Amino acid sequence: MVSALFPLTVKGATTTRRGKVLAGPIDLTLDGGGTCVVIGPNGAGKTSLLRMLHGTARITRGQVTWACDTETARHHQAFVFQHPVMLRRSVIENLVYPLRVRGMPRTAARQRAVDWATRIGLGHMLERHAPVLSGGEQQKLAIARALIVEPRLLFLDEPCASLDGRAMREVEEILVQAAASGTRLILSTHDMGQARRLADQVVFLLRGKVQETGLAKNFFDQPQTSQAVAFLNGDIVE
Amino acid sequence: MTDLWQGLVQAFWLVVTFDAELAEISLRSLRVTLTALVVASAIAMPLAAFLSVQRFRFRRHVVALLNALMGLPPVVVGLVVYLMLSRSGPFGVLGLLFTPTAMITAQVIIIVPLIASIAHQSLRDLWQEYHDLLISINVTRRQKIATLLWDARRALLTAGLAGFGRAIGEVGAIMIVGGNIDNATRVLTTAIALETGKGDFALALALGIVLVALAVAVNVAIHWLSRTEREGRW
Repeated sequence: MVSALFPLTVKGATTTRRGKVLAGPIDLTLDGGGTCVVIGPNGAGKTSLLRMLHGTARITRGQVTWACDTETARHHQAFVFQHPVMLRRSVIENLVYPLRVRGMPRTAARQRAVDWATRIGLGHMLERHAPVLSGGEQQKLAIARALIVEPRLLFLDEPCASLDGRAMREVEEILVQAAASGTRLILSTHDMGQARRLADQVVFLLRGKVQETGLAKNFFDQPQTSQAVAFLNGDIVE
Repeated sequence: MTDLWQGLVQAFWLVVTFDAELAEISLRSLRVTLTALVVASAIAMPLAAFLSVQRFRFRRHVVALLNALMGLPPVVVGLVVYLMLSRSGPFGVLGLLFTPTAMITAQVIIIVPLIASIAHQSLRDLWQEYHDLLISINVTRRQKIATLLWDARRALLTAGLAGFGRAIGEVGAIMIVGGNIDNATRVLTTAIALETGKGDFALALALGIVLVALAVAVNVAIHWLSRTEREGRW
């Protein structure tokens, strides 16, 4: 299912804001399936990379090329933000929204939303106002809202950054199910435990540039750069 | 103090006896103001949402102009509308001068900037919150505007009520374009001005009390109907 979007080629992509380089120049090629985890210390450019790939951050230099045209690629993507953005609506209406935007009839959209709410354990609070949910519930709802349109590719920006252990486990279970059903995941994290649990492929970023990339097993067992070794050892890397 | 007491007593009797003239004037006030509010909201709210989501070259200037127009002097608006609708004006052929339609037109011009400015502040904040999500979901501009208007509906209610308060208390412009004609264009505010001019302070005060009660009643009714303070909402 993901083959229509990949390989994804990033050539010298740079994003800036008010003259300051947030990330780049980045050169990267992603293909195949599985989950790609972007790791690196705070300020390394993880969020900026994900936003550049998704198209929500303006690429000031370089380019991002998909296997299909950009419009089609955008249509098959979804994004989950570090701090979940809840529409000021009920749980069910948050899930119905992206389907309605895509033109699905209300009855069918509502039925699918109920299924998803049940799947993520929010089936008993369909009519509750989404902004008053707990952090873990909001993040699960945000992930479900992204997955409900059956994207081929899902970006997740530190999806478990502010969650406790139980909520993190529940979110990871949803992500593993999504990956198993054919959705390609690209997620950023600085939680090495989570990276080891989820990653098939790793991109290690430092100071806005890719320092190392490869299969997760190779990266965690035999990192090639001294910065990656230091980062995996828990040393401060800047 | 005597006038105040007499006014209260007279207001009480006018209401309990359901005075026909008072009822007619009050209903006309409500009809003119609510019509103006609906028309103004239909213009101002989508405009505010458009200004929130759309970036264009002179957007800041337009927003600044809108804010400045909040202080538009009603008498000047009345004068301009009068000139436009008078026989020698461009719309004189429509014969709208000294009709409720002319009063509604003036009120719409006065309250559109007010509603749009207040609505824009709420919608701009909501847009900052929703921006990344809606871009990510690939919604169209029309869908963005519809989403903002729906999700900010309670904040927009406040903007609407501000417009209602301004319109129902308006006297200068509608006196000029309406003419304060008995059984035709007389509303509570113009009637108050007339009775004050005639020196009948008690009746003027009675009408004033009815006007205040009407404004408060409409506000409370709208809040109650929309359940603004319902638990679990923002």
